[in-house]
Amino acid sequence: MQSIRFYSGLVLLTATLGFSGGAQAQLFPQAKLPQQTGEAIYKGVCQTCHMPDAKGAVGAGTYPALANNSKLEVSGYPVAVVIHGQKAMPSFGQAMSDEQVANIVNYVRTHFGNNYKDSVTPDDVKAAR
Amino acid sequence: MSDPQQPKSRRDLLKLIGRTAGTAVMYQAMVDMGYAATSDFTGPVKLSGDVKKASVLILGAGIAGMVAAYELRKAGYRVQILEYNGRPGGRNWSLYGGDTYTEMGGLTQHVRFDKGLYFNPGPWRIPYHHQGILHYCQALNVPLEPFVAINNSSYIHSARAFGGKPMRYREVVADYDGYIAELLAKAVSQNQLDGALSKDEKDGLMVMLRTWGALDKNFEYKMGDASSNMRGYDKPPGGGLDSVPVNSEPMARKDLFSSAMWISLFLNKTWDFQSQLFQPVGGMGMIGKAFGQALNGLIRYNCQVTGIKQDDQGVTVTYKDQKNGGKVETATADWCVNTIPASVLSQIPMAVSSRLRNAVDSLSYIPAAKVGLQFKRRFWEEDEAIYGGVTYTDQPIFNISYPSHGFFQKGPGVLLGAYAFASMNTYGMESLSAPDMIQAALDQGANIHPQYKSEFQHGVAVAWHRVPWTLGCSGGWSDENRARHYDDMCAIDGRMVLAGEHCSRLPAWQEGAVLSALDAIKRLHQRVLSA
Repeated sequence: MQSIRFYSGLVLLTATLGFSGGAQAQLFPQAKLPQQTGEAIYKGVCQTCHMPDAKGAVGAGTYPALANNSKLEVSGYPVAVVIHGQKAMPSFGQAMSDEQVANIVNYVRTHFGNNYKDSVTPDDVKAAR
Repeated sequence: MSDPQQPKSRRDLLKLIGRTAGTAVMYQAMVDMGYAATSDFTGPVKLSGDVKKASVLILGAGIAGMVAAYELRKAGYRVQILEYNGRPGGRNWSLYGGDTYTEMGGLTQHVRFDKGLYFNPGPWRIPYHHQGILHYCQALNVPLEPFVAINNSSYIHSARAFGGKPMRYREVVADYDGYIAELLAKAVSQNQLDGALSKDEKDGLMVMLRTWGALDKNFEYKMGDASSNMRGYDKPPGGGLDSVPVNSEPMARKDLFSSAMWISLFLNKTWDFQSQLFQPVGGMGMIGKAFGQALNGLIRYNCQVTGIKQDDQGVTVTYKDQKNGGKVETATADWCVNTIPASVLSQIPMAVSSRLRNAVDSLSYIPAAKVGLQFKRRFWEEDEAIYGGVTYTDQPIFNISYPSHGFFQKGPGVLLGAYAFASMNTYGMESLSAPDMIQAALDQGANIHPQYKSEFQHGVAVAWHRVPWTLGCSGGWSDENRARHYDDMCAIDGRMVLAGEHCSRLPAWQEGAVLSALDAIKRLHQRVLSA
């Protein structure tokens, strides 16, 4: 677990020095989240803690269920939590574009027993940053 | 250094990166580039004075909590520890055959490693300058052995360079050194550096470059005796007849320079990974076990803290006794050392200042994923002459690390098949179920070691965000957040003080837990004496 500062420093270096794409090899991965669609982001990140069925998990602390979650009714709430984080939930505002944030929020608000019709737009996300 | 673009410290490097790459990239730096990885351990702590049998309740039997208990008991305090797990150690943890591990979400893995083989899901190496944790290893009679950090025979692998062919570490080192020396020698001999170098400096530099870079008599780096003496041979020198060595061909310069393989070399040049590193004999978890034995009778296991109250008389902690059907109990003491990770503590009601509450609530934990793999035989030794050390790859597994112990043994061996850490695509590993993570480690590892497919026996995968007692790997301090909240996190709040790696500037290192605990109890002790 120890070497975080070096790996993260290296990620920075690769980006700084222009290794982040094209023909240039990038030995260490990116600081930006690669997934774009809501489903891909959910499966690539969110389900780590909130679980594949979005029912959350319990240990010494709790990861809340996103399934059938009435707190998702006001779309600004999940947008803010994704951007800024909340307690054990890391912030993803720097790692995700406005589109990615909108995509994941819209995905969660229309899956796992949630059925909120109003979509979040990238402009909504931009305004919430 | 006069060039403003030349970083002279990690702090400067961060600033440079921020300027050139923007704030988006700073996310990773925020996660932590940690300025002061230097341990400030100055020797065993001495807590003198009459503590009048004051009592201290310690929350958490990880390294920080057990260091605090060990030293406070010595100073005359009445000490008790509440621990969530059924064992001492916390993140100091090794998995052996016969162990089970149940992660958040309920999946249980049964470890089926052979006897004597193990895997460290958490910390796995101790730099020689982490004198605090090394002190306690000595005090507790935990035997240490060398941890091989750099192995010139391990590989550097990029899926995007050399057609995905792994290169030996020594070849990458030699070829970078050689080509850089050649270019510099060319610049010097063409008088391009005359403004910067005196005649004497030029002469000295040319001699150095030729030797250091293994250049030929024309100051060129190419296939020959000199370069093979650095990068190795296609056929090494032998004895008797047919003993002439066959030199090896350096990589093409453009292929090497357009790869990013230098990054793996850079890593091992940094302070934390310089020789010598150590590991406890038999697994990192031996430290936690030894602490647990030394504190026998003081630790109450399987206790989940549910609330913390304090007033000017003392501290009262409520907890669920999981061995007793979750029965709610209370523990009281005059003072409290609280080592519960912030990711968990933020969910526990506490009577504390808003400053401390805000600090705890501000800290989320970073991702990390590790996979331990048992193979039928130590093929990395038998087939490839790799004895310990780390192979680096740009695949999501990041690392393959070979055991630094049990060299030349016949039969099965366990290696670290993945150590993904702290970057955005670490979530890509963490988000996999344990069986899928093991499969990913096998698929990616087979690109470096084809033997994986026929030799694999058992695997164990740990995603740190699903570890029930930490909800993540370690405190993910950003510079900004640390500036705002770190001092509040560490300050004594009424009758309680926090400790752990999250209260240190050595994030994710056990040394951070040790130093944080020592600093916390020194300050608490002063408070007790003056109370």
